[in-house]
Amino acid sequence: MAVAETAITRKVVQRASSGARTKDLLFRAALLLCLFIAVLFLGVLIVDVAIDGVPLITPEFLTNFPSRLFPEQSGIRPALIGTLYLMVLCAAFIVPIGVAAAVYLEEYADPNRWYNRLIEVNIQNLASVPSVVYGILGLAFIVRGPVDILGLGEGSPTLLAGALTLGLLVLPVVIIVSREAIRAVPPSIREGALALGATKWQTIWKMVLPGALAGIATGVILALSRAIGETAPLILVGAIAFRLTSPTLDGQFSALPIAIFEAAGEPRPEFQILAAGAIVVLLAVLLLMNAAAIYLRNRYEQKW
Amino acid sequence: MKLHRFSTVAVVCGALACGVTACGNDDEEEGTAGASSGAAVSEDLSGSIRIDGSSTVRPLAEAAVELFAAEAPKVDVSVGGVGTGDGFEKFCRGELQIADASRAIEKDEFDACKKQNITPVEVQVGIDGLSVVAHKDLAIPKDCITTAQLKKLLDPKSKIANYKQLGAGFPDQKVSFFTPGTESGTYDYFTEAVLETDAEQRTQDVQTSADDNQIVTGIEGTEGALGYVGFAFADSQKDKLKILAVDGGEGCVKPEIATIADGSYKPLSRPLFMYPNTETIKKPDVKAFIRYILDNNEKIVTAADYVPLTDELLRQARANLDAATPAEAPAS
Amino acid sequence: MDGGQELSARRGTGSAPPSLTRVRTRRSVGEQAVKVLLAGAAVLSVLTTIGIVVTLITEASKFFGEIPLGDFFLGTDWAPLAGGESQSFGVVPLIWSTLYLTLIALIVAVPLGLGVGIYLAEYASPRVRRIFKPIVELLAGIPTIVFGYFALTFCTPLLKDVGIDLQVFNGLAGGIILGILVLPTIASVSEDAMSAVPQSLREGAFGLGAAKWQVVVRVVFPAALSGIVAALVLGASRAIGETVVILVASGNNPNLTFDLTVAHQNMAAFIANVARADVSAGSVAYATIFAVGATLFAMTFLLNLVAIRFVRKYRQVYE
Repeated sequence: MAVAETAITRKVVQRASSGARTKDLLFRAALLLCLFIAVLFLGVLIVDVAIDGVPLITPEFLTNFPSRLFPEQSGIRPALIGTLYLMVLCAAFIVPIGVAAAVYLEEYADPNRWYNRLIEVNIQNLASVPSVVYGILGLAFIVRGPVDILGLGEGSPTLLAGALTLGLLVLPVVIIVSREAIRAVPPSIREGALALGATKWQTIWKMVLPGALAGIATGVILALSRAIGETAPLILVGAIAFRLTSPTLDGQFSALPIAIFEAAGEPRPEFQILAAGAIVVLLAVLLLMNAAAIYLRNRYEQKW
Repeated sequence: MKLHRFSTVAVVCGALACGVTACGNDDEEEGTAGASSGAAVSEDLSGSIRIDGSSTVRPLAEAAVELFAAEAPKVDVSVGGVGTGDGFEKFCRGELQIADASRAIEKDEFDACKKQNITPVEVQVGIDGLSVVAHKDLAIPKDCITTAQLKKLLDPKSKIANYKQLGAGFPDQKVSFFTPGTESGTYDYFTEAVLETDAEQRTQDVQTSADDNQIVTGIEGTEGALGYVGFAFADSQKDKLKILAVDGGEGCVKPEIATIADGSYKPLSRPLFMYPNTETIKKPDVKAFIRYILDNNEKIVTAADYVPLTDELLRQARANLDAATPAEAPAS
Repeated sequence: MDGGQELSARRGTGSAPPSLTRVRTRRSVGEQAVKVLLAGAAVLSVLTTIGIVVTLITEASKFFGEIPLGDFFLGTDWAPLAGGESQSFGVVPLIWSTLYLTLIALIVAVPLGLGVGIYLAEYASPRVRRIFKPIVELLAGIPTIVFGYFALTFCTPLLKDVGIDLQVFNGLAGGIILGILVLPTIASVSEDAMSAVPQSLREGAFGLGAAKWQVVVRVVFPAALSGIVAALVLGASRAIGETVVILVASGNNPNLTFDLTVAHQNMAAFIANVARADVSAGSVAYATIFAVGATLFAMTFLLNLVAIRFVRKYRQVYE
């Protein structure tokens, strides 16, 4: 505080003159300009993509398979289904593990133990590792062995591998958000249950988790929307193939970000424009998910 | 209370998951519907074919898959484009039913296959005229370049930094090259036929890509750019870049369907192959697919913007397919 | 009542006397099992880090078994995918392009991001903040591939129209868009930091007759400095590790030059590009994925450690 005080007395004792007022306005204008540029950028991005992409959105676009011969018939069906599959599989992975880890860290772990602090620091670091590094992990461990977790042998990229890699990527987010949600449940709830004879786990399962559920669900949805927007891990895991059937668990797959990536690289404009359509679909999916998260939060939020 | 809502949410999620799975499950039965000798393309034919390899052949394979799907919708075919060399590696590990290749299989690849008891069957499916392309405004005299000049530009030891160093008439423009990389059969073919090196090429001022689309986009958008790609990629963008005629010693010849088919586009006319192996070729779906490509060769290959097989080559390919002739061991 | 003792020991509510002895019941064993299971889930995160580090180190050491460290870190000829004798592994151009692109991104993101952060923290009315903070979050939520597509199809042509002589794959468009991508991070973390500065500091300054801009620049900003530094470091870390924007818009080659009109490639884009070409699994070129990956991981890891330190510092001062 002493530093701030000295700063105030020494440097700042200039009376509010008209010169200072102009500076004030200029400063404020400069800041506003920054905000304006940021919002303008967002606007231009969305408008540009929408102009190109929205006219493409027809039921056929969503249900057709991609075509290399007829751009007007090309659709994103395998990519869309692949993304939905990834979402479901990823959720199946991150929800139990993420919530379990959060429960452990909040309810059971003694924060003074070194190993618990290590886990916490570790999760914070993992949250900022570049997504491509997760892709490397997925490629080296899940797809190609040596661990070859899924026992696929052939080293073929599959939906499971992709979902697992994305799951590892967003797991720290789920853990962090779930911890906050659990922390928000007041101790009195727990104490009441324990006083009535419940065990710790019963308390958590029946009182704490339901109370934190809205926060956890919001966090999971946000994590999933991050996961399905990622491209780099999928490129690393190998998710690119032209295929006229829908993805299966053990076959090569596609996903919306990959479809966008491939279309973006097309020199033929009539094919490149399909990227805009896929982008609109992806943004629509993300918008729906975020709207669901906001709805959940508002409707089910516990006011303790 | 909360649990009631929780279970509702769980049920909804479960239903969603089921819906997605039901939506997504399009016929994965691994089965053989036809008789073992018949390779009839019928609606009942089912199976799963994995194709990978040359990015040059990829548009041809994809066109085939699309047209084939109309007649045999239950066959699940996936096509990749990792490059001829990497494609053969996967093929010799048994990961692919068919390998696409823009050059013939080489000895060490053949031996690697043999070690795994895999015997490739060589089936030519089309002809390519490897095209030398340049930025639209690059003023190469007469839009024709000799193989000697190409060698001067792209030789590994080349120090040329400006086109004018090639001689009078060449523009004063810094060089910039976009080519495939070492995983590519196109690269192998070019380095052997034009540069006469063992798969070695200049690296200075060269941007390589495994993605032919990226090569084309790069050349279109970079002044002074020059490079080479398969004919289909060059031709589909012919109004946006310049396809150069190549003088292989017998005059300037532009790559066109006619000149590629009769071989006058030298030395860059080359065969495009699909390699099943002696085991996979017995599967009705694989055999039907390749047969379909040969029976509809003109339609498919033209749709993919390559050159269809001549009658003689078609006859040879059909013979290889029907007899499942093992490919000959390459000399070197 | 075994739960009660643990609870009060942690939360210090003192509702149960500390001398309660634990009774081993059948339920207690189940409780232990649950605890172990949950701990296992938490440990998975540690396993992930171990997995990353082990993978990178073992495969990178295979690389460094063939290529001397000096050649890699000091060499300026980067051609890992070339054939035969032309193949070369000097990583300096790649690191240069990575840092240079990050610099361009920060030149865009720092003034804009700080401007937005300061405005939202100090000037915006609650209503304005309610509208614009979500908009900034929206920018953060857009998938990076969308930014990449935008850079290639909109930004580069626009810059060309304005008169800048760019190649189609260039570092300028990639760098600028990278900056826009990083802007929300800098904006929200710096806004958090400034909001955390106690009102009393501001009021004190106003009381002494300072103008608003003086309060912000001379009082709040320095007070929030550690948080702002954290914002910048996090932004830089994000920019260094970004893949698809550079992959789509900036080409396949790093370039040891200040020229932004030519292609530039960063480490992350290189890794993705090699994986796309699916280089054969045993080769040295494949191993470059891991050598470069290890370098990238080390750089971002260090940056993140620094950022977390600064975040802790500014959080501590006011809590």
